[in-house]
Amino acid sequence: MEALVLQLFQSFWNIFGLWDVLWGVIQPVWPLIWVVIKIVVLLIPLMLGVAYLTFWERKIIGWMQVRIGPNRVGPWGLLQPIADGMKLFFKEIVIPTKADGALFLLAPVLAIAPALAAWSVVPFFEGGALANLDAGVLYLLAITSVGVYGIIIAGWASNSKYPFLGAMRSAAQMVSYEVSMGMALIVVLMVSHSLNLSDIVRAQGHGRFAEMGLGVLSWNWIPLFPMFLVYLISGVAETNRAPFDVVEGESEIVAGHMVEYSGMAFAMFFLAEYANMILVSAMVAIFFLGGWLSPVGFLPDGIWWLLGKAALMLFLFLWLRATFPRYRYDQIMRLGWKVFVPLCLVWIPFIGVWMMSPFNIWK
Amino acid sequence: MGARELIQSFSLGELRQGLAVTLRYMFAPKITIQYPEEKTPASPRFRGLHALRRYPNGEERCIACKLCEAVCPAMAITIESAEREDANGNTSRRTTRYDIDLTKCIFCGFCEEACPVDAIVETHIFEYHGETRGDLYYTKQMLLANGDRYEAEIAKAREQDAKFR
Repeated sequence: MEALVLQLFQSFWNIFGLWDVLWGVIQPVWPLIWVVIKIVVLLIPLMLGVAYLTFWERKIIGWMQVRIGPNRVGPWGLLQPIADGMKLFFKEIVIPTKADGALFLLAPVLAIAPALAAWSVVPFFEGGALANLDAGVLYLLAITSVGVYGIIIAGWASNSKYPFLGAMRSAAQMVSYEVSMGMALIVVLMVSHSLNLSDIVRAQGHGRFAEMGLGVLSWNWIPLFPMFLVYLISGVAETNRAPFDVVEGESEIVAGHMVEYSGMAFAMFFLAEYANMILVSAMVAIFFLGGWLSPVGFLPDGIWWLLGKAALMLFLFLWLRATFPRYRYDQIMRLGWKVFVPLCLVWIPFIGVWMMSPFNIWK
Repeated sequence: MGARELIQSFSLGELRQGLAVTLRYMFAPKITIQYPEEKTPASPRFRGLHALRRYPNGEERCIACKLCEAVCPAMAITIESAEREDANGNTSRRTTRYDIDLTKCIFCGFCEEACPVDAIVETHIFEYHGETRGDLYYTKQMLLANGDRYEAEIAKAREQDAKFR
């Protein structure tokens, strides 16, 4: 891929006969440029995805409420997210007098940076990860945990009641659900013998059904179904989405940590939330739904499968939001600590015993 | 908790039922009325913008009895009257001023009900605006103009509603 891009540049600059001069200058920094190119190629579709996810969310929720949804800006309302973005871009960022200005502005950056940085380990296709880390899962858990700092600092720096309450809720909720999320992942790691995300996907590609050409039945979601549900629901809670959106529950604390924010600072939290949603959907697809693998033998593997599976999970996110009323706060805590954690603690030894038994299917 | 409830709970039975409902409605025909292009039908009793009506011979109906002014709960109507010669050649009591402040009006329709000669009426017009407060202060000329402009619709609405009065 790198050689191909280089060749393209070379043939372009050779039109002006400038390639040798240019290469002399950029050769020492070329690895850096190449990384930046890869990041840009990853982030632009991601940002567009986030923008159109907000549109898709409004459409889906509209349809489920027997409405039409946004349809005024552009054909079928397709320019709506662009218009929203423009509006937010030109709005003023108001910093409350009693807020801590520096932290107040740092918080949205801290929220969005991990949401984007986490994408570096996501394998989009065979060998298609920006950074093919052997400890990819650890990196992912670490970097997504940093995201909560953005919310806590936002709540604290605003120096206001509701943001503070929202931040406290967020901290407690994130910590609780990270436990069950991590435990669900332990089971995945046990059966795939690796912390590398690409290896986790590859491990789902063999098995009795995969050899019969029915890969869909070999993926982790069937043998690990309870963990699949735990991970999925924890993912919804982790991203503070309905029905676990007490962090910004508008009927109780207006918008939680985002109360004092406006303009692009607000938009950053918004982007972070949606980027995290896409990330969690992609993670579900990678850990349990076979990543880029094709569900049936006669169709080729590829990035479109990962995107399709992630889109399905995103639809589920929106579907849940349109269906369920918000959980009460203590119920969220109960679900995390008294249902999911014990369930994981039972399932880990169960899978362990299964793997040691003659019926082991993950050899 | 019985075995049945346990299964129901762990298989997320009620959640699945809820999801089925929203999924079904996602494909249901949408009830949205796309307002500027589509409109909901309005009753002939709809209470919108006010109008003062005239008789077919061009004489205004209003006899300055001031019942509307008296009944108006928002005190939005101001009437002044004087005697003058009407279209039939008789001396009669007529308004010299008939103002409705639409920023005060609550559109209750009492003026319309109080009127013994069906002079002040509320039309089906609800799409009008003012750019300053004063723009919504309707004078006698403006109300008479409304009446002249929408007389056909006003008469039709009265006729449809006549048997219920």
